[in-house]
Amino acid sequence: MTVRVQTQDFDVGFEINQLRVARPDVGAVVSFVGQVRDLNDGNTIATLTLEHYPGMTEKSLEAIVNQAKSRWNIMDATIIHRVGTLQPLDQIVLVAVSSAHRNEAFSACEFMMDYLKTEAPFWKKEATAEGEQWLEAKETDETARKRWEK
Amino acid sequence: MKIKIFYFARLKETLKFSTEDLELPDETLTILKLKALLAQRSDTWHEMLMGKLKVRGAINHELVDDLATIHDGDEVAFFPPVTGG
Repeated sequence: MTVRVQTQDFDVGFEINQLRVARPDVGAVVSFVGQVRDLNDGNTIATLTLEHYPGMTEKSLEAIVNQAKSRWNIMDATIIHRVGTLQPLDQIVLVAVSSAHRNEAFSACEFMMDYLKTEAPFWKKEATAEGEQWLEAKETDETARKRWEK
Repeated sequence: MKIKIFYFARLKETLKFSTEDLELPDETLTILKLKALLAQRSDTWHEMLMGKLKVRGAINHELVDDLATIHDGDEVAFFPPVTGG
């Protein structure tokens, strides 16, 4: 498992290869890359600043990977989340999962993103021409996570 | 008992506190009781901790609910609903 919270950018190709190279038992790698958008609720974003809770954030991401591992037959997973000040077009998050077959990896990847969005302690603050504001948690993210509870 | 509290995001900014050490009487302390205690500091503290922000609590890096019990030496944290990803 690879879990990293960092200010610097990441190389998606490199991270995917880490899950795949020298692993002939891996038949599928599914990845999700989140990018900073230039528009949120009609506001033009200049920058997006992310705060986290050092120690708890990493622990929470590891717990999410372990939950996915206990639920699906996946081989390995990588979560990288950036913090600090980002700009539109910057990569913000990577979730990548390897498994023998694609279905398990697709589901586990979605599961991990849904939990990351609702459980991992990160907070976004956007800066626009009008000033700065903390983002509100979205009900739709909570609904997305709840569909895994059964 | 002695505990350490961390505040994050909007709480940290509004309360102008990122962390503090507190010494409290040795009685059963839940997250809710601690919030109520801190809320007495001012209207701003009350609004941040007991208002519509839906503050979440953590003890020793685990998300907990309002009825969770805090023990001597614990690291407590309060923060708004998370918005990463």
